[in-house]
Amino acid sequence: MKDIFITEDQLDAKACTEAVTYPGAGGLVVFIGTVRNLTKGRSVKHLEFEAYEPMALKEMAKIANEATNKWGLHKMVIHHRLGLVPIEEEAVVIACSSAHRKEAFEACEYAIDTLKETVPIWKKEVFEDGEVWVSAHP
Amino acid sequence: MEIQIIAFGIAKDIINGKKVTLSLTDEHTVGEARRKLSSEFPDFSKLASLKFAVNANYVEDNHLLTADDEVVLIPPVSGG
Repeated sequence: MKDIFITEDQLDAKACTEAVTYPGAGGLVVFIGTVRNLTKGRSVKHLEFEAYEPMALKEMAKIANEATNKWGLHKMVIHHRLGLVPIEEEAVVIACSSAHRKEAFEACEYAIDTLKETVPIWKKEVFEDGEVWVSAHP
Repeated sequence: MEIQIIAFGIAKDIINGKKVTLSLTDEHTVGEARRKLSSEFPDFSKLASLKFAVNANYVEDNHLLTADDEVVLIPPVSGG
């Protein structure tokens, strides 16, 4: 399994968790971003993701490296899904492990916050009566 | 110099396609490309932000472009 991965298939949070497991771990933190059925009261049918893949992989690797160094993690894995993602399914999985839980919690939150700011992936919300590129307009 | 620019997300909708070719005549920078693009497609000014990537790295407006660069428009990202 690749640590930094983009796919049109369903994500495997269990495999991501197992990939960061090690004997010295005091804690594993896994963030799973899932597709919500409502945006500001409007019913969402599904999401559609697209990426500038070579750069997205590079930026995801940068985040994992920075987090691993800053919090002294054993490892961080980031998987992101592309294409049509139905309600309730996983869009992103970030897993990391460290000797103590605090570092893993902080690193995981840093990773998802930074991913949403820097990684060139775009999400379109598809409603019954239209569609919107998320965050495009102020 | 002619440069081809690749679009993703809402930038594709604004240029009504996947790629657009711009003719740079002044200082051949990202800033010049940005100005030409905005005058040709005014809807870019409505976006929360518009970044440029060259060869898969974010660049500033003073970055010099060459004809074989891969230039990509990065409208506000929304992964996760």
